[in-house]
Amino acid sequence: MEILTAWLQGLPGFGGMSDQGLFITGAALMATLMFTVMALCAIVFTWMERKVAGFIQSRYGPMRTGRWHGWAQAVADMLKILGKEDIIPAEADKGLFVFAPLLVLLGSLLAWAAVPWAPGFSAANLDLGLFYIFAASSMVVMGILMAGWASNNKWALYGAARGAAQMVSYEIPLALATIPVIMHVGSLNTQDIVVAQQGGILNWFVLRDPFLFIAFWMYFIASIAETNRGPFDMPETESELVAGYHTEYTGMRFAFFFLAEYANLFLVSVIAVMVFLGGWWSPIPGLDFAPALTFVIKGVLMVFLNMWVRWTLPRVRVDQLMYLCWKVMIPVTLLCIVGSGVLMITSGALG
Amino acid sequence: MTGDLIFILLALLTLVSAVWVVLSRNLVHAGFGLLFTLFGAAGLYAYMGADFIAVTQVMVYIGGVLVLVLFTVMMTHVPRDKQRHGVDRYVPAAVFALLVFGVLYKTITAVSWHGLAGPAHPTVARIGAGVMTDYIFPFEYVSLVLLAAMIGAALLTREYHPTAEEGDAPAEDAATDQEVAS
Repeated sequence: MEILTAWLQGLPGFGGMSDQGLFITGAALMATLMFTVMALCAIVFTWMERKVAGFIQSRYGPMRTGRWHGWAQAVADMLKILGKEDIIPAEADKGLFVFAPLLVLLGSLLAWAAVPWAPGFSAANLDLGLFYIFAASSMVVMGILMAGWASNNKWALYGAARGAAQMVSYEIPLALATIPVIMHVGSLNTQDIVVAQQGGILNWFVLRDPFLFIAFWMYFIASIAETNRGPFDMPETESELVAGYHTEYTGMRFAFFFLAEYANLFLVSVIAVMVFLGGWWSPIPGLDFAPALTFVIKGVLMVFLNMWVRWTLPRVRVDQLMYLCWKVMIPVTLLCIVGSGVLMITSGALG
Repeated sequence: MTGDLIFILLALLTLVSAVWVVLSRNLVHAGFGLLFTLFGAAGLYAYMGADFIAVTQVMVYIGGVLVLVLFTVMMTHVPRDKQRHGVDRYVPAAVFALLVFGVLYKTITAVSWHGLAGPAHPTVARIGAGVMTDYIFPFEYVSLVLLAAMIGAALLTREYHPTAEEGDAPAEDAATDQEVAS
């Protein structure tokens, strides 16, 4: 944000602008940039998901649109969805029905603001960074609940209730798994967390101590559940609930849910990169040529891991899902916090 | 100027949605209206430079309390159910609202607000240090209360398994009765 306003000030015609004017212009630009990246993510990841799924299931996936491995399929789908009829069910709660997709999107876009793309470059360099991200993504739960209720459809409501219960539960191990890292860094600021991992792969928090390694995998499992993806896609189980909370949505409104799903997928992946996998630092010290690119590539690799899991493992049951969260993951993440703390004290890291 | 505008927008969001919560005849609408009220309040906290409280407000109230409230409303309520009216409902509500307003009014007039309008600076480090030093006793006390609540919740949701001395489980009896009846 500061970099952006400084750059704006250097442009002809912006030099005489007041600080507030610069701030507002910068913020608007940044929001547009973030939204563009988000939309790009949705397009690239839908294509990637179909290719990965195809590869794992020994088939091709899209091959024809755009000649080279069907690269234009996602673009074509997007254009198709833009032209679709917008249907609001007669018995739906119209106001809430229209607002719900926006709320889901708002939640993920808010959280994107604190992502550290490169040294000094995040939309908002907040002192509360990580805490803010978790708080903002809790808005998504409200959107899902609103969508399910407003649809006035039993499948949608079931899906929404499952989604909300699952996301509220898995928020806890998700946040707890990052606490050992916060203890090491001594700050919630996303930039500080990445800066603390400078100096090659061995300084990344995932390899700092065994408890952090466990915490990383706990975070990864919780993040799959948090994005409602397989094997934890209970809110959308097509064999039970048609399509879950977005059953009644069509056209552009459905596209918003779709966009938010992939935006959230990339968000949890880049948080994993930022907290555990060294952020923008390259694995070999001294080879940091393109920090933002390194960051995005690591994020995409995490997304790939997520897709790999989704297309490999069978879906779990609702009770297994809750058992895993409350009786396995929360105790293990708590153990990680204590263990990592003990190691910090015994190794003299506290000084 | 811009600051004033942001404040006015946030205050409007909070007040309008609060009025909506109170006046809405549909309980679920009232619940979702509360979302905007709480969000507006969080915005006001952020505007005052209390960033930690603002984010905690969103995390705890929107992400936790409101989800619970909505679950309760959805599970106990028919979509187009009307709220009940009558003097027996308005009078206690008015008395309670007046009492709360009295307390709030006392607090608002007792605090000198002019000293608080300084530039915003991060608060989380100070809050963390405060909790671990000066306020360690209240902090531990609250955690004890939470632990008690957690144990209580676990106990309440536990299935009732009577011991052998108390005789057969009543739930099983009911099930067999039903099977016989059908």
